[in-house]
Amino acid sequence: MKFCVRFLTLAVLLFSSQAWAELRVDITQGRVEPMPLAVVEFTGDNSDAAQIGAQIAQVVSADLERSGLFRPIDPKAFIQKELSMTTLPRFGDWRILNAQALVQGHAVPQANGELAIQFRLWDVNAETQMVGLAYNTVADNWRRVAHIIADTIYQRITGESGYFDTRIVYVAESGPANKRVKRLAIMDQDGAKHRFLTDGLDLVLTPRFSPTLQEITYLSYYKNTPRVYLFNIDSGRQSILGDFPGMTFAPRFSFDGTKVVMSMARDGNSDIYTMDLATRQTRRVTRHSSIDTSPSYSPDGKSIAFNSDRGGSQQIYVMDSTGKNVRRISFGKGRYATPVWSPRGDLIAFTKMTGGKFYIGVMRTDGSGERLLADGYLVESPTWAPNGRVLMFYRETLRGEKKTTKLYSVDLTGYNEREVITPLEGSDPAWSPLIP
Amino acid sequence: MRKFLGLVGAVALLAACETAPTDGANANASGDAAAQKLGPAAGSAQDFVVNVGDRVFFGFDQYNISADARSTLEKQAMWLKKFPGVTIVLEGHADERGTREYNLALGERRANAAKEYLVSLGVDAMRIKTISYGKERPVALGHNEAAWTQNRRAVTVVTVGAGS
Repeated sequence: MKFCVRFLTLAVLLFSSQAWAELRVDITQGRVEPMPLAVVEFTGDNSDAAQIGAQIAQVVSADLERSGLFRPIDPKAFIQKELSMTTLPRFGDWRILNAQALVQGHAVPQANGELAIQFRLWDVNAETQMVGLAYNTVADNWRRVAHIIADTIYQRITGESGYFDTRIVYVAESGPANKRVKRLAIMDQDGAKHRFLTDGLDLVLTPRFSPTLQEITYLSYYKNTPRVYLFNIDSGRQSILGDFPGMTFAPRFSFDGTKVVMSMARDGNSDIYTMDLATRQTRRVTRHSSIDTSPSYSPDGKSIAFNSDRGGSQQIYVMDSTGKNVRRISFGKGRYATPVWSPRGDLIAFTKMTGGKFYIGVMRTDGSGERLLADGYLVESPTWAPNGRVLMFYRETLRGEKKTTKLYSVDLTGYNEREVITPLEGSDPAWSPLIP
Repeated sequence: MRKFLGLVGAVALLAACETAPTDGANANASGDAAAQKLGPAAGSAQDFVVNVGDRVFFGFDQYNISADARSTLEKQAMWLKKFPGVTIVLEGHADERGTREYNLALGERRANAAKEYLVSLGVDAMRIKTISYGKERPVALGHNEAAWTQNRRAVTVVTVGAGS
């Protein structure tokens, strides 16, 4: 399916937008009190448009709430029930509710069947417009418009780019543990538009998004031969990545999308290899009798973080992408695994195992500044939102002898953890980049 | 170590029950003797599971072949030499208390360690394939040390050439 959102105009700017208003959430300074904001049901020129407008407001509100940075005010408390796009809001009515920001919108059906979705973001205390935009789109595409509006608000208020107009690919799980059925599935970041990508006949693991978005790399046991595959989301076409003599696994794209880095096992030993997707040339990066796996490129492509037991136990190492200059960066108590480089380049997310528990954490790329963000009977498989501020992972929870496996997100403060609702149990999430 | 032997026996019995679930229903006074005679055909996959033992176990994050494992693999090697037409797949498995990708590598190590021991005993390497399932296919479904001990295993699966 093609998504098309045409950004139209800085909508009828009746109101001056003062240069960089003071309304701001600083998300770089640890825990912040969520900002109270009011998202008013978008209106419409006819009842169909108004219905879509109401749904857009709900999605915008839910996105902002889930971020943990905003606290949408219950619409039942609103004093000003009707807002027009052509007159100023009654700011006093919103100040009474302690709303710092106000979001309003309106949907206008177009002659070509599309909808124009207008919206404004107001700074209630300064009584200024922070954003005024309109998007043209086919009506079916309203969810994307809602996520784009939420991203715009997030960016305008935090100064960081948003992550709501994104998707998640993950492994949907069902059945008993000894005959577990695993299927690739994809959904919007908020769980909407869920669909399965594979039928469950073959075991599939560890999907990862390409930065070019339309492709996933993952491990499949097709014909009982575990190998790395590519999956084109639009066409549904699956293809094996190269003809390798041993098991290939733990694949991950480079940030420029031109390479896949992965492990290959030969005679019991796993080393790290890269494949150039254009030339299909492979290159061996590590040559060591230890387990070398879970490789992850740095955003600049110059380094690779990976997991190795070369020092006697599972730890995280960083090397030049040539394989030279290998140095261990994890030195805390316990075993460390699954390093994943942040798209911002500043942090590496990891799994830590100590004292019979598992943890998700982040450390700087030299191993300093370790912080643990989530824990459980088992947590692993961290994946970064494209803005490098939120992680998703999976958690196994025991209740008696019953184990459940679910997806969760957590922000870098560690305070805002949320379950990501999926139709079946889920593991191995992978966050897409922003949809272009 | 004794516990390991006990476990091997228990698993083998279980497997036998699974593969011949209906026989018990018609048991009569002479059933025991009949079952003896009708046991798994020599050289069959079932014969291997019941009379040889199809799996060996490993310590946490380990892939060295223990004394118990050596004894089982020696029996496997003797059987394989007796039935040279048989080929096998060695499956390497890990318990659930590790990360997925590391456990895939660990399962590969375990399968290969068992393979190398069989080869050292004279089994032709060409008859042996290996595959790692990591933590994806536990045999014991509990979430405790007893279950994890059974799941850290290499299983020899008889494939081509086995009599039925």
